[in-house]
Amino acid sequence: MKHRSYLALEGVSVEFPTKNGLFCALDRIDLNIEKGQFVALIGHSGCGKSTLLNAVAGLNKPTRGVIFLDGDVIDRPGPDRAVVFQDHSLLPWLTVEENVALAVSKTANGKSKAEQKDWVLHNLELVQMGHAAKKRPSEISGGMKQRVGIARAIAMQPRVLLMDEPFGALDALTRAALQDVVMELQARLNNTVLMITHDVDEAVLLSDRVVMMTNGPAARIGQDLSVELPRPRDRLSVIDLPNYAHARSEIIHFLHERYRNPAQAA
Amino acid sequence: MASKPDASKPDMAAPSPVSTTGEAVILPYPATAIARRFFPPMPKPTNPVLIAMQKFASAVLPTAFMLAFLLAFWTLACGPESALPGPSRVWAESHDVIMHPLKGVEFHGLIPDIQDGGDVGIGAHIMKSLGRVLKGYTLAAIVGVALGMLVGTNKYAFRALDPLFQVLRTVPPLAWLPISLAIFQQAQPSAIFLIFITAIWPIIMNTAVGVQNIPMQYRNVAKVLALNPMEYFIRIVLPACVPHMFTGLRIGVGMSWLAIVAAEMVQGGTGIGFFIWDSYNSSLLSDTIVALVWIGMVGFALDRIVGFVGRLIARNG
Repeated sequence: MKHRSYLALEGVSVEFPTKNGLFCALDRIDLNIEKGQFVALIGHSGCGKSTLLNAVAGLNKPTRGVIFLDGDVIDRPGPDRAVVFQDHSLLPWLTVEENVALAVSKTANGKSKAEQKDWVLHNLELVQMGHAAKKRPSEISGGMKQRVGIARAIAMQPRVLLMDEPFGALDALTRAALQDVVMELQARLNNTVLMITHDVDEAVLLSDRVVMMTNGPAARIGQDLSVELPRPRDRLSVIDLPNYAHARSEIIHFLHERYRNPAQAA
Repeated sequence: MASKPDASKPDMAAPSPVSTTGEAVILPYPATAIARRFFPPMPKPTNPVLIAMQKFASAVLPTAFMLAFLLAFWTLACGPESALPGPSRVWAESHDVIMHPLKGVEFHGLIPDIQDGGDVGIGAHIMKSLGRVLKGYTLAAIVGVALGMLVGTNKYAFRALDPLFQVLRTVPPLAWLPISLAIFQQAQPSAIFLIFITAIWPIIMNTAVGVQNIPMQYRNVAKVLALNPMEYFIRIVLPACVPHMFTGLRIGVGMSWLAIVAAEMVQGGTGIGFFIWDSYNSSLLSDTIVALVWIGMVGFALDRIVGFVGRLIARNG
């Protein structure tokens, strides 16, 4: 029997019913991710990146193919696949601490109340948000909300961490600060991560592998590039490495030459 | 030279921005520009009492002016001979009603005990009406929120019940009165039913809209956390639709107050609606005017109370 990867998408297609018949968003995707790998998914808008991530999250079901996580078939959403949403999706009626606590309570595995509370605060500290535990989402900035969103996800100790353009709505400086947070967490926890991004530098800086998707409909994986940069990484020291420039140039050529934005090409 | 046209012109003899030595020269600002920069310091009150008074005045004075204007207009429009009494005549004729609203009411602690029979103060009538509204409205709130949740979460329940609700909600309260009397045979429960049936529609509608409009991202969070239906309801649905729910509850309380006055006018006995009808039959128009003011104030207070409770719950939910 052949070895199956930790997270394995095998022949996954996703189709949506529309007025004009079936719309094929993803066409027979095969993707294998090993445990502890940080994979960035990059492609133009509308290429089905989110569809792919949602399929792994279990939020939409593949019409064909199977997704395996550690040998289990994924057929529904669950807390073992935590999602960091682009719009943070914190519940506004709960405080920062309560938002994380809600997630922790669903993944407690018999922890006592006091242990759960400590775990919540520990994770908030990891993203430097311990000071705002009692605040409501409306009282903190966008970058802070996303930090809490990340804390909520990692506090669930997921088998896979899914990030749907986590920094897309943030300004460049805040984004850099959060990228540093993610790198630090990755060095510490070594999660298996699947992250959607539009940002070439973000993809190269954060990930071990960059998976590039062709333009939809019926998107496929166009290129799979491994990023050979030493960890732990530091944005100032890696930026001058030849491998950084190489990875960057590969991705830019893919996005702007081989698969130009369909809106621009038209 | 073409590149230095300014220097060659005699009428541009004003100081050149570049000195002959090549160093930059900072030109002085005109005096007017400098003067503009120094505002005289605004006299700011530092006395906390003075600040509080200023705030109070800016909040209250517009309403006070409006009231004064209204009273003046009323006085001018209703002369001494007009059918509608002016303010001074209302004051003179209804002096007793205005000054003794709690006639016939005894308080045992906080619980009022209203004397039987007709001759009680206007406050006592208001209390009677409020008691009915409290019962009918509480019932409407409980049933309305429950039905709204059902209709909001289940699309078949929505398709089955929504047309019924849309038809029934247009029926005016008074049209229910004969039916209500036929069902209950007595004045008190049929008045309460009338409140209930009037107040319930906006509560159902708004709660249902609130549930239907729970943002996709909250649903996704619930799915990823694998909340069970009970947790989903308590942690997501209820708090997410509190604002809509209380919009419905606020409209509902206003409508129930409208309905009680109408119901009591027809049925008689006690209550502020009866008081108005009674004063009209006795040609005491000034009493009616006093009652009008009371109804308005109480309705306003009810609306504010429900709004306040809604804000309180939305904050702590």
